[in-house]
Amino acid sequence: MFESKTGVFLIAGLGSFALAFVSNAVLPILMYRHLPEKTVEETVNYRVMTHFADLHERYPAQFEKHANLKPNQPVTVELASQLLREGRKIYIGEGCFHCHSQFVRPVSNETRRFGPVSKTWEYQNELQRPVMFGTRRVGPDLIRESNKRGNDWHAVHFFRPRDTSPGSVMPNYPWFFDDNTSAKPNRRGLAIILYMQWLGAEMEATDRSGDQMRTTLDFSGSLR
Amino acid sequence: MTTDVSRNKLVDEKLVAWWFIAALGYFFVSLAGGFLMGFQLIDHNPLKGIEIFSPGRWRMVHTNAIAYGFIASAFLGMLHWAVPRLTLRPVLHGGLSWLIFAAWHGVVLATAAGILLGEAQGLEWGETPVWIDPFAMVGLILVGLNFLLPIIKTPGPMYVSLWYFIAAFIWTPLTYFMGNFIPEYWVGGVGGGALGGLFIHDLVGLFVTPIGWGMMYYFVPIMLKKPVWSHGLSLVGFWGLAFFYPLTGIHHFLYTPIPMYLQYGAVISTIAVEMVVTTVIINFFASLWGTGFRALTFLPLRWYYTGMVLYFVTCAQCAMQTTLTFQKIIHFTDWVVAHAHMVMLGVFGFWIIGTMVYLFPRLLKHEWVRKDWLEYHYWLSAGGLVVMVIDLTLAGLFQGWSWASLHAWDDSLKYSMPFWWVRIPAGLAILVGQIYFAMNIYLTWQASKVNVQTEEMALAAME
Repeated sequence: MFESKTGVFLIAGLGSFALAFVSNAVLPILMYRHLPEKTVEETVNYRVMTHFADLHERYPAQFEKHANLKPNQPVTVELASQLLREGRKIYIGEGCFHCHSQFVRPVSNETRRFGPVSKTWEYQNELQRPVMFGTRRVGPDLIRESNKRGNDWHAVHFFRPRDTSPGSVMPNYPWFFDDNTSAKPNRRGLAIILYMQWLGAEMEATDRSGDQMRTTLDFSGSLR
Repeated sequence: MTTDVSRNKLVDEKLVAWWFIAALGYFFVSLAGGFLMGFQLIDHNPLKGIEIFSPGRWRMVHTNAIAYGFIASAFLGMLHWAVPRLTLRPVLHGGLSWLIFAAWHGVVLATAAGILLGEAQGLEWGETPVWIDPFAMVGLILVGLNFLLPIIKTPGPMYVSLWYFIAAFIWTPLTYFMGNFIPEYWVGGVGGGALGGLFIHDLVGLFVTPIGWGMMYYFVPIMLKKPVWSHGLSLVGFWGLAFFYPLTGIHHFLYTPIPMYLQYGAVISTIAVEMVVTTVIINFFASLWGTGFRALTFLPLRWYYTGMVLYFVTCAQCAMQTTLTFQKIIHFTDWVVAHAHMVMLGVFGFWIIGTMVYLFPRLLKHEWVRKDWLEYHYWLSAGGLVVMVIDLTLAGLFQGWSWASLHAWDDSLKYSMPFWWVRIPAGLAILVGQIYFAMNIYLTWQASKVNVQTEEMALAAME
C-alpha cells in the first residue's frame, strides 16, 4: 500500500490533501457560517461617510472631473462603495499588502501601538475577500488606519511619503495625482485615500475594544 | 553510463534544454525585481515615480517569476528528463509537451504583464491576475496527465522519486485551485484567510518540495553510483511529508482571528515536519558514507548537499520560528524574508542549478568550456545567499524588538538600513554568479557546434 500507485495516489495525494482541507479550511468556514459576508454598502458607516464628505469638500474639482459629482451635490453611499472597491483593487495591485499588514495581534505591545486586537467579524465583508492579513510590515499595520490622519495628510503622503514621514522608504505614487501635484488626487488617489479611511472604521464605530459585538462562537454554532 | 540508442526516442532533450534556459531567463527577471525593491528600501531607487517600474509591483513579479518561472520551468525540464527514464516510456504525447511549454510561458509572461499593469490578485504567492488562473489550471492538469498516464501504465513497484512526482501532480492542481479560486469567489474573511495560509504553504510543501526531493532521490544515487542508504527512511520521509505538511499552512497567520486550536495544530504539525525532514536528511547524509569527499569534489553533488544543509537549517529554523514565542518578535520582519530566500534559492534553487550543471554537458554534448567559471558561479551564489540570509535574519531581530519595545516606527527603518545596504552586495554576488553561468552555457553551446563530443566525454570531464 505504501509503495503502490493506488496508495500514493489515493491516500497521500487525495487523502492527506482532503484531511488538511477539511480540518484547516472547512472547519473555520463552518464556524463562521453565522457571520454572513457584508457587502461594501453595509460596511460604509457614518465615519466613512464623514471622511468621504471631507474628501469631497477638499477636492471638489477633482470629484467633478473624476467622479462626475458636482461641488454642491451630496456624497452618496453608492459612490463611496464604488470608490472603496476601486481603492482595494489599487491596494492589491500596487502590492501594498506586502509591506503593510491588516491585523493587530494580542502580543508585542501591538494594542498600544495600533489599537484593539482584530476580531473575526471585522473581516466578514466583501472588501476582505481575499482577506488582506498580510505577512510583512515594512510600514505599520493599517487595520486601525481609519480616522488616525486627515485626508490631506494621506494625499501628501501618497504623493511623496517622505514629506510627511521623514524616515519612510515607501515609494512615491505620483500616478494617483493629476498635474504632478499632491493637491489634485485623481480617481485612483481619491479611491485609495477613502480606502485608508475605511480600514477599521467598523471597529471605530463600536466601542474601542469592539466587545459589544458578541462574536465568539461555541461549537453548536450559535452566537454567545 | 552507456548511451542507449532507444533513449533518443524516450527523452526530448531539446525540450529539456529549452525549459532550463527559460528557467534561467526567469531567474534574471526575478533578480531584477529583487534589486528594484532592494534599492527602494535603501532609498536609492533609480526609477522612482515610474508607474510600470513601481517596486511594489516588481516585488510581486520577483516572487512569481521564481515560483512559476524559474522553479516550475526547471522542474518541468527535469521531469521530462527523469520520468521517461523511470518509467521506460516516453511522456504521453511529445506534441503536448511542446504545447505545454508554449502555454506555460504564455501564462507566466501574462502574469508578469498583468501584475505590472496593476491587475494582481490579492493572494500572496498567487498574485496571478484572476483572468489567467483558469488557463494556469488547465495547464497544470495537462502537465499532470502528460506524466501520470505513462506512470500508471508502467507495471511493477515504483522507485521513491515516482511517489513524490505522482503526489506532486495531484497536489499542485488541487493547491492551485484551492488558493486561487475559493478565497476569491466563495469564502471571504477569516475562513478565506485560513485557505490563503494553506495555499502559501502547500505551494512550497506540495508542489516545490515533493518534486525537489523526487529529483534528489533520482540524481543523488546516480551521481554516487550507489543506492540511497535506507529504503525504510525513504518511506518515512514521503509519508511523513504527505501527512504533516498539508496541516501546517495556518502557521503563516498566527495570532490572527483564525481559531486558536487551528493555530496550535499548525504549530505542532510544523514541528512534526521538522522530525520527518531530519529522517530524510539522515538518509541522504548516510548515503554519502565512505564517499563523502565526492560531495565536495563533484560539483553537482556539492550544489545538492549545500542545498540539503540549508534545507536542514531552514526546517530547524521553521520548527522554532513557528512557535508562538518566536512569532511575537520575528513575524512581519525580515527574518521571514531571509527564511524564504534560504528555501527558494538556497535549497530548491541550488538543487535546480546542480541538476543543470550536471545535465547541460549531456544536453549540449560538450563539456563545460569554463570550469573555473562554474566554481565562481558556485561560490558567488552560495556566498551571496549565506550573507543575505544572516544579514536579513539579524535585521528581523532588530525590527521585531524595536516594534515590541514601542520605538517610533521610523526607528525600525533606521535600524534596518545597514542590513538593507548589506543585502545589495549580497544580491549582486548572486547576480554575477548567474551571469557567469549563463555565459558558460552560451560558450559551451557555441563550442558544441564545432566540436562534437560524446556524452561520456562530456561527463568524464566533469569528474
